[in-house]
Amino acid sequence: MTGAASMLRLSARLVARDWRAGELRVLVAALVIAIAAVTSVGFFSDRVRLALVEQANALLGADLIVVSDRPIEPAIRQEAERLGLAQTTVLRFPSMVVIGERAQLSEVRAVGEGYPVKGEIALSPRHLEPPVATRSVPARGTVWVDTRMVALLGVDAGQSIELGDRSFTIAGVFERDAEASVGFLSMSPRILVNALDLPDTGLVQPASRISHRLMLSGTPSDVARFRNFVAPRLGAGQRTEDVREARPELRSAIERAERFLGLAALVSVILAGVAVALAARRFLQRHLDACAMMRCLGAPQRQMVGLYLGQFLLLGGVASAIGVAIGAAGQQVLVQVLGSLVSASLPPPTLAPAFKGLVTGVVLLLGFGLPPLVALASVPTLRVLRRDLGAPGRGSLLSWLAAGTAIASLVLWEAADLKLGLAMLGGTLAMVLVCAGCAWLAMRAAGRLAGGGRGRGAFTWRYGIANLNRRALGSIVQMTALGLGLMALLLLTLVRGELLDNWRRSLPADTPNQFLVNIQPDQVERVRAFHVQAGLAAPQVQPMVRGRLVSLNGRPVQPSDYGDERTRRLVDREFNLSFMADLPTDNRILAGRWWTPADRGAALVSFEQGIAERIGVRVGDTVVYDVAGTRREFIVASLRRVDWDSFRTNFFVVAAPGALDGLPVSYVTAFRLPEGREGFTHALIREFPNLLVIDVASILSRVQQMIDQVSKAVEFLFLFTLAAGLVVLYAAIASTRDERIHEGAIIRTLGGSRRQLQVVHLAEFTAIGALAGGVAAFGASALAWALGRFVLGVPFTFDPWVWVAGLLGGAVLVGAAGWVGTLDTTRAPPLATLRRL
Amino acid sequence: MKAVDLTKRVTTGESSLLILSRVSFEIEAGASVAVLGASGSGKTTLLGLLAGLDVPTEGRVEVHGEDIFRLDEDGRAALRQRLVGFVFQSFQLLPALTALENVMLPLELAGRSDAREQALPLLERVGLAARVGHYPRQLSGGEQQRVALARAFVTRPRLLMADEPTGNLDAATGSGVIELMFELNREQGTTLVLVTHDEQLARRCGRRLRIAAGELVADESDLRPAAAGTPVAEPTSAPAVHAA
Repeated sequence: MTGAASMLRLSARLVARDWRAGELRVLVAALVIAIAAVTSVGFFSDRVRLALVEQANALLGADLIVVSDRPIEPAIRQEAERLGLAQTTVLRFPSMVVIGERAQLSEVRAVGEGYPVKGEIALSPRHLEPPVATRSVPARGTVWVDTRMVALLGVDAGQSIELGDRSFTIAGVFERDAEASVGFLSMSPRILVNALDLPDTGLVQPASRISHRLMLSGTPSDVARFRNFVAPRLGAGQRTEDVREARPELRSAIERAERFLGLAALVSVILAGVAVALAARRFLQRHLDACAMMRCLGAPQRQMVGLYLGQFLLLGGVASAIGVAIGAAGQQVLVQVLGSLVSASLPPPTLAPAFKGLVTGVVLLLGFGLPPLVALASVPTLRVLRRDLGAPGRGSLLSWLAAGTAIASLVLWEAADLKLGLAMLGGTLAMVLVCAGCAWLAMRAAGRLAGGGRGRGAFTWRYGIANLNRRALGSIVQMTALGLGLMALLLLTLVRGELLDNWRRSLPADTPNQFLVNIQPDQVERVRAFHVQAGLAAPQVQPMVRGRLVSLNGRPVQPSDYGDERTRRLVDREFNLSFMADLPTDNRILAGRWWTPADRGAALVSFEQGIAERIGVRVGDTVVYDVAGTRREFIVASLRRVDWDSFRTNFFVVAAPGALDGLPVSYVTAFRLPEGREGFTHALIREFPNLLVIDVASILSRVQQMIDQVSKAVEFLFLFTLAAGLVVLYAAIASTRDERIHEGAIIRTLGGSRRQLQVVHLAEFTAIGALAGGVAAFGASALAWALGRFVLGVPFTFDPWVWVAGLLGGAVLVGAAGWVGTLDTTRAPPLATLRRL
Repeated sequence: MKAVDLTKRVTTGESSLLILSRVSFEIEAGASVAVLGASGSGKTTLLGLLAGLDVPTEGRVEVHGEDIFRLDEDGRAALRQRLVGFVFQSFQLLPALTALENVMLPLELAGRSDAREQALPLLERVGLAARVGHYPRQLSGGEQQRVALARAFVTRPRLLMADEPTGNLDAATGSGVIELMFELNREQGTTLVLVTHDEQLARRCGRRLRIAAGELVADESDLRPAAAGTPVAEPTSAPAVHAA
């Protein structure tokens, strides 16, 4: 123990000396950046997670909820009553509300006696007045609206709003009701209405999308008994929710976002690892002689390893503390940028992310730093006589293995999923290799242009550029590290805006911006006429029948048959089926055949290719749909490709004309509302209160805003990446310092001026920066092309600014940093330098 | 070239160390002068001051009557470029440059466009025509020193400064290098200042300056030899003895 303590003391003294000598700053800077990047994301996601758990606990509004897309069977309600559970049923559905001149899509909750069974509602009599906790429901003829509705429509208590066929008075404003929906993407404002008023609104129609929620509360044992009773009786479209199961789709969305940000932060960690490796290598070079001498004086190898390991761990501790502090500040930036996506206020974070940062730092330090230390401890003692012994090689198998293991374990840990982790590792490796390859090619080309230091033009510039090839490995490492950082930033700043603009421009001018849903059969002609009266083209309406897929080729279809979560949800909910005679222009048959007039009334359907693949449907298969209790069997006649970007109404599953006759049907349409005609929607809702208007333009702008927010957050994280790239640059400069000083002394002895030497360095680093910027611009353009080609379907346009920004930005940034970083190597008198060598 | 009262003192912390004390002498054009002395006697410091690689604490070095320490570092570098060639004990070739590139370097620094044309014949002259594309690490010690010789002579310097040029070589290789150096010296009529502790080598020079503990203790010339080991009581008066 005392041995270890004294070794630690000695390590501390050595750290202090090496710090004074400036040996360790690169190491600490690299660790600080890596830890700050990881903990920024860690603290932020920790806070979001805590907010979710807290709200789920406090505000589920029940101990258990049975959710169903049809009225809940009486047997289930009776069992709850028998067990003495408090219960109430809430109907939830989307609808338009009209206030004065404006219409707004909202989430309506019709609540009755006994609501809420658990928790309470904080209700203000007017907006901004202090709320009072209540366990009642709105009186008949009145509604309560949430603060978002107030913000969107500028309404307040006392005003009148229209919901369906009825007019209501606003009697209160709440921030959160008992049933919270937390989180990303919950866009619609909420309105609470008394269930007894619901029939008067005329909003409940056969084909309406209504969620029935039986909310239950009781002792844990009774609730458990009820759960056991209900579990085997749940059909398709029915499920239970409790605190643990609340909002599974939201949780997985947030988990994905966390992983994405976490992996983005890992890019900085990997670059920081490179800097640590470079710094550790230089540390090794500088300490070889001292180490050989200590070994010569009788220090055992174990002691040497202990001594240097102690030094590194002390450093790691200090760097971690600084990194965690910066991370804690960094997460505030993320909250500022992303906070509005999370509707709830965020609780303070726990210490767990700090621990994660710490582990990251240690893994980085040991993975990248330990192998050189081991090499240091095993330096041959004979080096005291022969200085060429024990010089570090290009990196042993051990050091590559250790670094690889460190990165792999960090990535897999962050991804929390083997497949995703391996994909990330493979992707990173491929990206690094491609970047390194480009850097190598660019460097060779530059070297050829500079003629290996010969040829025409200013000697110093040619000599500096030729230096790139002379230090080939180091140059490639620097260009790759800086190139990756710059590429990420270019992609997020210039390329993203350009791509989205292109995509928006690629939409035809008559692209529909409004969808009308829930048109009843008797309203179709009136709705069309209403358009014509208003001077708009009569829209093409399409029939829609809601049905659940219950069997495929004779086998029942269950969500649990599918591993993929999205497929499960697709199978669990009702499909929108339509029928039509002609293939829409934005559809293309991939397999099978489209029907002819002779097929009228035949039980044929056509599947969209993507969903067919998900569910495993092929041409010729038999599928059974359950539509409001009626089962119909169909044969899959064809698979189609659909151009979703057209923004026209399209359906996953389409039937032949006549195939759906006799089933409850409603109609949908999409149309383009010219700017300045917003009043039309309002008039439409007045006339047809049951219609839902989905304003695609506002959804698009909301999505755009979200993309902006998320990419700002990622941009922020990539600032760490760029910083890590600069530390790699600095580490590389430091690792070639002795060589540069030597070179400088010789050149000055031979009559070269200090200025000539500085120009050599300036040329070298400007070239590194410009080439890294070129690699970054190339990478960003290639990714933009791939995104445009395969994801957005827009043609690639060459954006010269990406190249200007990449080349110029890289050249100026790196040229300046490198020039400043090597200034002092040109200062010492040449004799002093030459004598030291 | 003339050294007047050259003094170099190095201060470390509290203590001050006198490395060179009031050394004065004059060297005529075309002479060959050996600076002899034991390790730590100050002879390399003297060479560095003569070449303007370091700055004296006191005193001056005149080249063609001009005090080189009136120039700034870059001015002295320009002077070296014009007038001085160097050969070092540890060769001091740039490891990232080939033999040819090392030899071309001084000319390129001077902005000469005929660097390659000048460097190739000289490498041939030192017997390395077949090794022009090799890097220093691929050359033996003797070959590296011959590259260094070619580099030193490629600018046709008026003055060659050699610091223990055979110190890192075995006897046979060393004498080969020395032969070559004296040949080139004769061919180009260069003034030679050679720092060494090797008496035999020193005897090949027309004049020997002996340094001990930072002081010039003897100035021997083959034409008018001073008594060996005779201390020069007043170094300031040393220039009384001139080489031919």
